[in-house]
Amino acid sequence: MTLHTLNKTPHESNALQDCLAALSDDDALLLIENGVYCAMPAHAELFTRLPGGVQCYLLQADVQARGLNDLNPEFRGIDYDDFVTLSCRYEKVVSWF
Amino acid sequence: MIFSLVITGAPYSTQCADTALRFARSVLQQGHTLHRVFFYADGVHSGSALAAPPQDEFNIPQAWAELAHEHQLDLVVCIAAAVRRGVLDSNEARRYEKDGHNLASDFTLSGLGQLVEAGIVSDRVVTFGA
Repeated sequence: MTLHTLNKTPHESNALQDCLAALSDDDALLLIENGVYCAMPAHAELFTRLPGGVQCYLLQADVQARGLNDLNPEFRGIDYDDFVTLSCRYEKVVSWF
Repeated sequence: MIFSLVITGAPYSTQCADTALRFARSVLQQGHTLHRVFFYADGVHSGSALAAPPQDEFNIPQAWAELAHEHQLDLVVCIAAAVRRGVLDSNEARRYEKDGHNLASDFTLSGLGQLVEAGIVSDRVVTFGA
Protein backbone atom coordinates (compact mmCIF):
# COMPACT_ATOMS: atom_id res chain seq x y z
CA MET A 1 0.00 0.00 0.00
CA THR A 2 2.16 2.83 -1.34
CA LEU A 3 1.30 6.31 -2.53
CA HIS A 4 3.35 7.15 -5.62
CA THR A 5 3.73 10.81 -6.57
CA LEU A 6 4.88 11.78 -10.05
CA ASN A 7 5.89 15.32 -11.10
CA LYS A 8 7.16 14.91 -14.68
CA THR A 9 5.41 14.90 -18.07
CA PRO A 10 5.62 11.64 -20.06
CA HIS A 11 8.21 13.24 -22.38
CA GLU A 12 10.37 14.94 -19.77
CA SER A 13 11.95 11.79 -18.31
CA ASN A 14 11.38 8.06 -17.71
CA ALA A 15 9.72 8.81 -14.39
CA LEU A 16 6.24 7.83 -15.61
CA GLN A 17 7.41 4.51 -17.08
CA ASP A 18 9.43 3.70 -13.96
CA CYS A 19 6.49 4.60 -11.77
CA LEU A 20 4.02 2.49 -13.77
CA ALA A 21 6.43 -0.47 -13.61
CA ALA A 22 6.63 -0.13 -9.83
CA LEU A 23 2.87 0.12 -9.13
CA SER A 24 1.43 -2.80 -7.18
CA ASP A 25 -2.11 -3.85 -6.31
CA ASP A 26 -3.92 -1.33 -4.09
CA ASP A 27 -1.27 1.39 -4.49
CA ALA A 28 -2.25 4.94 -5.40
CA LEU A 29 -0.84 7.28 -8.03
CA LEU A 30 -0.90 11.05 -7.51
CA LEU A 31 0.10 13.40 -10.33
CA ILE A 32 1.58 16.69 -9.13
CA GLU A 33 3.30 19.67 -10.78
CA ASN A 34 4.09 18.87 -14.46
CA GLY A 35 2.99 15.30 -13.76
CA VAL A 36 -0.62 16.41 -14.29
CA TYR A 37 0.10 16.44 -18.05
CA CYS A 38 0.13 12.62 -17.84
CA ALA A 39 -3.66 12.84 -17.46
CA MET A 40 -4.06 14.41 -20.92
CA PRO A 41 -6.40 12.26 -23.06
CA ALA A 42 -3.52 11.47 -25.44
CA HIS A 43 -1.81 9.43 -22.72
CA ALA A 44 -4.95 7.62 -21.49
CA GLU A 45 -3.81 4.33 -23.02
CA LEU A 46 -0.91 4.16 -20.52
CA PHE A 47 -3.35 3.89 -17.62
CA THR A 48 -5.73 1.24 -18.95
CA ARG A 49 -3.84 -1.77 -17.56
CA LEU A 50 -2.98 -0.71 -14.02
CA PRO A 51 -2.78 -3.34 -11.28
CA GLY A 52 -6.01 -4.04 -9.39
CA GLY A 53 -7.26 -1.48 -6.93
CA VAL A 54 -4.89 1.31 -7.96
CA GLN A 55 -6.52 4.69 -7.31
CA CYS A 56 -5.48 7.64 -9.49
CA TYR A 57 -5.44 11.25 -8.34
CA LEU A 58 -4.13 14.60 -9.49
CA LEU A 59 -3.46 17.82 -7.64
CA GLN A 60 -6.23 20.16 -8.77
CA ALA A 61 -4.22 23.33 -8.07
CA ASP A 62 -1.53 22.22 -10.54
CA VAL A 63 -4.19 21.41 -13.15
CA GLN A 64 -5.71 24.88 -12.77
CA ALA A 65 -2.31 26.57 -12.87
CA ARG A 66 -1.75 24.97 -16.27
CA GLY A 67 -5.23 25.66 -17.61
CA LEU A 68 -5.96 22.02 -18.42
CA ASN A 69 -9.45 20.72 -19.21
CA ASP A 70 -11.08 17.44 -20.15
CA LEU A 71 -8.47 15.28 -18.47
CA ASN A 72 -8.56 11.51 -18.13
CA PRO A 73 -11.63 10.78 -15.94
CA GLU A 74 -9.74 7.97 -14.19
CA PHE A 75 -7.96 10.69 -12.19
CA ARG A 76 -9.78 12.37 -9.33
CA GLY A 77 -8.82 15.96 -8.49
CA ILE A 78 -7.68 16.57 -4.91
CA ASP A 79 -6.26 19.46 -2.85
CA TYR A 80 -3.23 19.66 -0.52
CA ASP A 81 -5.27 18.54 2.51
CA ASP A 82 -6.29 15.42 0.58
CA PHE A 83 -2.62 14.87 -0.36
CA VAL A 84 -1.73 14.80 3.35
CA THR A 85 -4.67 12.50 4.09
CA LEU A 86 -3.54 10.09 1.35
CA SER A 87 0.02 10.18 2.75
CA CYS A 88 -1.39 8.98 6.07
CA ARG A 89 -3.70 6.36 4.53
CA TYR A 90 -0.91 4.67 2.54
CA GLU A 91 2.03 3.11 4.39
CA LYS A 92 4.71 5.01 2.54
CA VAL A 93 5.10 7.73 -0.06
CA VAL A 94 7.41 7.13 -3.03
CA SER A 95 8.25 10.17 -5.17
CA TRP A 96 9.09 9.79 -8.86
CA PHE A 97 10.90 12.80 -10.32
CA MET B 1 1.30 11.36 12.61
CA ILE B 2 4.96 12.43 12.41
CA PHE B 3 6.11 13.72 9.02
CA SER B 4 9.50 14.73 7.67
CA LEU B 5 10.07 16.29 4.27
CA VAL B 6 13.02 16.17 1.88
CA ILE B 7 13.41 18.90 -0.75
CA THR B 8 15.94 18.53 -3.56
CA GLY B 9 14.97 21.34 -5.94
CA ALA B 10 16.02 24.98 -5.94
CA PRO B 11 13.34 27.61 -5.33
CA TYR B 12 12.30 29.45 -8.51
CA SER B 13 13.98 26.82 -10.74
CA THR B 14 11.57 24.02 -9.95
CA GLN B 15 8.13 23.87 -8.39
CA CYS B 16 9.07 21.41 -5.67
CA ALA B 17 10.05 23.96 -3.00
CA ASP B 18 6.66 25.57 -3.44
CA THR B 19 4.78 22.25 -3.39
CA ALA B 20 6.65 21.19 -0.25
CA LEU B 21 5.77 24.42 1.51
CA ARG B 22 2.07 24.04 0.75
CA PHE B 23 2.19 20.39 1.83
CA ALA B 24 3.95 21.39 5.09
CA ARG B 25 1.28 23.97 5.88
CA SER B 26 -1.43 21.38 5.32
CA VAL B 27 0.40 18.84 7.53
CA LEU B 28 0.55 21.35 10.39
CA GLN B 29 -2.99 22.57 9.85
CA GLN B 30 -4.29 19.02 10.20
CA GLY B 31 -2.55 18.71 13.57
CA HIS B 32 0.25 16.38 12.49
CA THR B 33 3.85 16.86 13.63
CA LEU B 34 6.53 18.04 11.23
CA HIS B 35 9.70 16.58 12.72
CA ARG B 36 12.19 17.94 10.22
CA VAL B 37 12.51 19.51 6.77
CA PHE B 38 15.73 18.44 5.08
CA PHE B 39 17.05 20.55 2.21
CA TYR B 40 19.30 18.51 -0.04
CA ALA B 41 21.15 19.08 -3.36
CA ASP B 42 19.87 22.27 -5.07
CA GLY B 43 17.24 22.49 -2.33
CA VAL B 44 19.87 24.19 -0.15
CA HIS B 45 19.16 27.51 -1.90
CA SER B 46 15.89 27.72 0.05
CA GLY B 47 18.09 28.47 3.08
CA SER B 48 19.70 31.59 1.65
CA ALA B 49 19.06 34.80 3.57
CA LEU B 50 20.14 36.79 0.51
CA ALA B 51 17.30 35.74 -1.79
CA ALA B 52 15.51 38.93 -2.84
CA PRO B 53 12.59 38.09 -5.14
CA PRO B 54 10.35 40.95 -6.33
CA GLN B 55 7.91 42.06 -3.63
CA ASP B 56 4.84 40.84 -5.52
CA GLU B 57 6.31 37.34 -5.82
CA PHE B 58 6.33 34.49 -3.35
CA ASN B 59 9.41 34.66 -1.08
CA ILE B 60 10.11 30.98 -0.46
CA PRO B 61 13.02 31.29 2.03
CA GLN B 62 11.01 33.81 4.04
CA ALA B 63 7.89 31.64 3.93
CA TRP B 64 9.87 28.73 5.44
CA ALA B 65 11.28 31.04 8.10
CA GLU B 66 7.79 32.25 9.03
CA LEU B 67 6.45 28.69 9.22
CA ALA B 68 9.46 27.67 11.32
CA HIS B 69 8.83 30.54 13.76
CA GLU B 70 5.19 29.67 14.09
CA HIS B 71 5.68 25.94 14.62
CA GLN B 72 9.29 25.64 15.92
CA LEU B 73 10.33 23.66 12.86
CA ASP B 74 13.73 22.04 12.44
CA LEU B 75 14.91 23.26 9.02
CA VAL B 76 18.13 21.39 8.21
CA VAL B 77 20.29 22.19 5.20
CA CYS B 78 22.72 19.47 4.09
CA ILE B 79 26.15 20.87 4.89
CA ALA B 80 28.06 19.14 2.07
CA ALA B 81 25.47 20.20 -0.53
CA ALA B 82 25.37 23.74 0.87
CA VAL B 83 29.04 24.67 1.12
CA ARG B 84 29.78 23.62 -2.45
CA ARG B 85 26.86 25.81 -3.62
CA GLY B 86 27.90 28.83 -1.57
CA VAL B 87 25.34 28.56 1.22
CA LEU B 88 27.42 29.07 4.37
CA ASP B 89 26.83 29.80 8.03
CA SER B 90 29.34 31.84 10.03
CA ASN B 91 31.31 28.74 11.11
CA GLU B 92 31.75 27.48 7.55
CA ALA B 93 32.58 30.98 6.29
CA ARG B 94 35.37 31.09 8.86
CA ARG B 95 36.54 27.57 8.01
CA TYR B 96 36.73 28.34 4.28
CA GLU B 97 38.00 31.90 4.83
CA LYS B 98 35.06 33.54 3.04
CA ASP B 99 34.07 37.18 3.44
CA GLY B 100 30.44 36.57 4.26
CA HIS B 101 27.83 34.02 5.20
CA ASN B 102 24.24 33.74 4.05
CA LEU B 103 22.42 30.91 5.82
CA ALA B 104 19.12 32.33 7.10
CA SER B 105 18.84 32.28 10.88
CA ASP B 106 15.98 29.77 11.02
CA PHE B 107 18.00 27.11 9.18
CA THR B 108 20.89 24.96 10.43
CA LEU B 109 23.65 23.25 8.48
CA SER B 110 24.04 19.58 9.35
CA GLY B 111 24.80 16.20 7.84
CA LEU B 112 22.94 13.27 6.30
CA GLY B 113 22.69 11.74 9.78
CA GLN B 114 19.83 14.18 10.34
CA LEU B 115 18.01 12.70 7.34
CA VAL B 116 18.58 9.17 8.63
CA GLU B 117 17.33 10.15 12.07
CA ALA B 118 14.26 11.76 10.49
CA GLY B 119 13.57 8.49 8.67
CA ILE B 120 13.75 6.55 11.94
CA VAL B 121 11.61 8.94 13.97
CA SER B 122 8.96 9.81 11.36
CA ASP B 123 5.90 7.81 10.30
CA ARG B 124 6.15 9.31 6.82
CA VAL B 125 9.05 10.84 4.88
CA VAL B 126 7.86 12.65 1.76
CA THR B 127 10.38 13.69 -0.89
CA PHE B 128 9.77 16.67 -3.14
CA GLY B 129 12.16 16.13 -6.03
CA ALA B 130 13.47 18.48 -8.66
